[in-house]
Amino acid sequence: MQRIQPESISEIVETVRSCAEARRPLAIEGSGSKSGLGRPVDAEAMLSLRGLSGIRVYQPDELVLTAWSGTPMREIWDALAEKRQHLAFEPAASTLYGSGNDAGTIGGVLAGNLSGPRRPSAGAARDHFLGFSAVNGLGEEFKAGGKVVKNVTGYDLPKLLAGSMGTLAVMLEVTVKVLPAPEKQRTVMMPVSDVVAGHRCLITQLQEAFEIDGAAFLPASVAARSSVDLVRARGSALALMRLTGSPVSVADRCAALRAAVGSPTEELHSARSQALWSEINEVAALLPAELTALWRLSVPPASGAKIAAELGEGGDWLMDWGGGRLWIARRNATVEDTALVRKVVEALGGHATLVRGPEHLRKAIDVFPMEAPPSLLQRMKAAFDPHGILNPGRLYRDW
Amino acid sequence: MLTMPALDEEAISAREQVAADLARLVAPASVIAAPAALKAYESDGLTAYRQPPLVAALPGNTAEVAAVLRYCHERKLKVVPRGSGTSLSGGALPLADGVLLGLGKLNRILEIDYDNRCAIVQPGVPNLAISHAVAERGFYYAPDPSSQIACSIGGNVAENSGGVHCLKYGLTTNNLLGLEVVLMDGDVMRVGGRHFDAAGYDLMGILTGSEGLLGVVTEVTVRLLRRPPTARALLAGFASNEAAGEAVAAIIAAGIIPAGMEMMDRPAVAAVEDFVHAGYPLEAEGLLIVELDGTVAEVDELMGHVQAIAQQKGATSLRVSQSEQERLTFWAGRKAAFPAVGRISPDYYCMDGTIPRSKLPLVLNRMAEMSQRFGLRVANVFHAGDGNLHPLILYDANKAGDLERAEQFGAEILKLCVEVGGVLTGEHGVGVEKRDLMPTMFSEVDLAQQMRLKCAFDPEQLLNPGKVFPTLHRCAELGAMHVSGGKLPFPDLPRF
Repeated sequence: MQRIQPESISEIVETVRSCAEARRPLAIEGSGSKSGLGRPVDAEAMLSLRGLSGIRVYQPDELVLTAWSGTPMREIWDALAEKRQHLAFEPAASTLYGSGNDAGTIGGVLAGNLSGPRRPSAGAARDHFLGFSAVNGLGEEFKAGGKVVKNVTGYDLPKLLAGSMGTLAVMLEVTVKVLPAPEKQRTVMMPVSDVVAGHRCLITQLQEAFEIDGAAFLPASVAARSSVDLVRARGSALALMRLTGSPVSVADRCAALRAAVGSPTEELHSARSQALWSEINEVAALLPAELTALWRLSVPPASGAKIAAELGEGGDWLMDWGGGRLWIARRNATVEDTALVRKVVEALGGHATLVRGPEHLRKAIDVFPMEAPPSLLQRMKAAFDPHGILNPGRLYRDW
Repeated sequence: MLTMPALDEEAISAREQVAADLARLVAPASVIAAPAALKAYESDGLTAYRQPPLVAALPGNTAEVAAVLRYCHERKLKVVPRGSGTSLSGGALPLADGVLLGLGKLNRILEIDYDNRCAIVQPGVPNLAISHAVAERGFYYAPDPSSQIACSIGGNVAENSGGVHCLKYGLTTNNLLGLEVVLMDGDVMRVGGRHFDAAGYDLMGILTGSEGLLGVVTEVTVRLLRRPPTARALLAGFASNEAAGEAVAAIIAAGIIPAGMEMMDRPAVAAVEDFVHAGYPLEAEGLLIVELDGTVAEVDELMGHVQAIAQQKGATSLRVSQSEQERLTFWAGRKAAFPAVGRISPDYYCMDGTIPRSKLPLVLNRMAEMSQRFGLRVANVFHAGDGNLHPLILYDANKAGDLERAEQFGAEILKLCVEVGGVLTGEHGVGVEKRDLMPTMFSEVDLAQQMRLKCAFDPEQLLNPGKVFPTLHRCAELGAMHVSGGKLPFPDLPRF
């Protein structure tokens, strides 16, 4: 594949325009860290945005950061940490979606709408994506959204680009909402007999006013693989609830939560708590080398235990988002197994995405399910990329 | 002067036939065609514009909505959807040749699901009714536009409504899980559900805030939040708006995101105090209300920090609410700001731009200059935390030329917002009000891209035409449109 790595906006615009004229498909990439996510793109040329890098404007007290789309996440995290801020949607710093130990670029995180354990309380990547400039499939540079935290001027195109996997436009500059990072965190850890008990605990406590901002369940076999000593040592399935905020607030809520839970619990403090939630975010326990298919499910939170019981064969799964997100490793990477997973999920509402799997399977199936009439999705694609040259096939099979 | 799409004379002359046809699709009593009765729908919250619709149809369920849209699609009739009609930007302004589709009869709360922390409601349910329905279990629906007693959740989705608490809790778009939507051709589509986030294209994200141009919302699944155990408010007066603005920046820089952070300038404080007697300091040039919520320990701790910051930034007066009653009194003034201004002026015009907060002194100074130049007073209330300005321009509609000057003044304020790096509207929507200002923020290419998306949903552009976009292009033409030097092809094509 021919690799094009422009150093300027005009070069990017020119590249896309000439590809549009020649009807030549173009793969789009930030740093390539998520190359394993989505269907393989059939293109002879690849446009890399690695050269389009750097934070343009960061105004901590305006709560906004504007960067070129190819800016490494590492650079963004460092800049935010210096001002004690963060991206509240908690994108994973992992190799989950590809290979190498590169956390990728801000453009890639947004294009995949990738969010971590804090999503239920703080929103997804799409909720923090305020505005952008981009090049559409005609080679036209355009912008949408804004650079302020509150804006309803025109269609909310940042929402649409979030999760579009580079199939609508090539992002140039992106503006995201940033927020103060919590000073402290603690995790309340409750050993439980099984997923039903653990899940019930999460569902119950999430309805109370503890402001839980991480609610996960680990089967015993997965907890045993944790890098966190206290988690590994329990030898039990665990319900986990994270509390973050000021030291006073965290201590206060932690005591109240433990009292409310009733049964015996333990606390994990700063570094251990942090390590645990990174592990959950990066799905580290489910990524052995021999892994064949890893599914990411988004389901009604109250259905989490039921779906886990039906699909979590062999115990290679974990639950996040209080039951709303399941990561499930399946032994069979087949078209038939895909149909089975989707059938179980769709019966209860929600969707299943194959986030890791062999190329032949990713080519054979819809990696991302279609949630709207295909004809409408296709017209939306054509509104941005009428010749179908941007990442064709990566998100939806035929275009 | 506002120009609307070219009139469909054929539709106007077929009014009686259209009404009769619609009466076969919905309950006959739910079709309104008598001119006197149609006057009830002639405007929304932007009362400067009035236009009775061709007919009004008030369907009672999704199937009837779909039947009406399918009929209008076949007959190529324009349709304007309407919730409670509280839009401040004219989003529900009817068309003389269009059917007004009122969703008010779809007003039931269908299900409350605490385990999934969501509620499924019909679009005509008022915003506040959702919070009331779940209050006994300690839950609420977070977005709280000031019209929340009346405004419908369907309208909130269409406008992506905000409120005073959206810095911490987000706008409508951040608090939705699912929608049922009827497209212009009558097809019913469900997006999302009780789970988080789309797997691919985020249809809910694009439908929310689309101002009724992409589809008609017939069911909404909203997230429910647990109400925090306590909330306290601080009232701080400052000798200048700059000082008040600096305090806001310092609070956020200290890592505190208040539940609400509101600012009022001296004219607004004077009008409010005279009306509500909330005990606001009349000598303050800038008044801040900062509300913190959470556990008692957390609120006490943060309130200490906020007080210290306010003092450091030179607060001339400082009060912390000591009871729930006092907290509500602090808010009573802010929440009555619009009617309070209504008492000191025959009419007022409410603007809604957002700016980077650091530009506040500059914008207020320029606004004061404009106020002199236009000879119209202005009072400012301001969602200080997120930079959303609500200048209230005082005028008298009975004075010749006053409305036009108020509108020009408003347009200049919004242009200034864009000039300093902000946007035309933070929460009220573009509608017809800011439609013609869109080119100050967006290029022809930017707008053409948005309009092409519209064409994917509604290729004949029958749904709420005349809103949001200043010029109309046929969809076929947009597909191949290339812009050179800011000039559009086909300059003779009729546009509005």
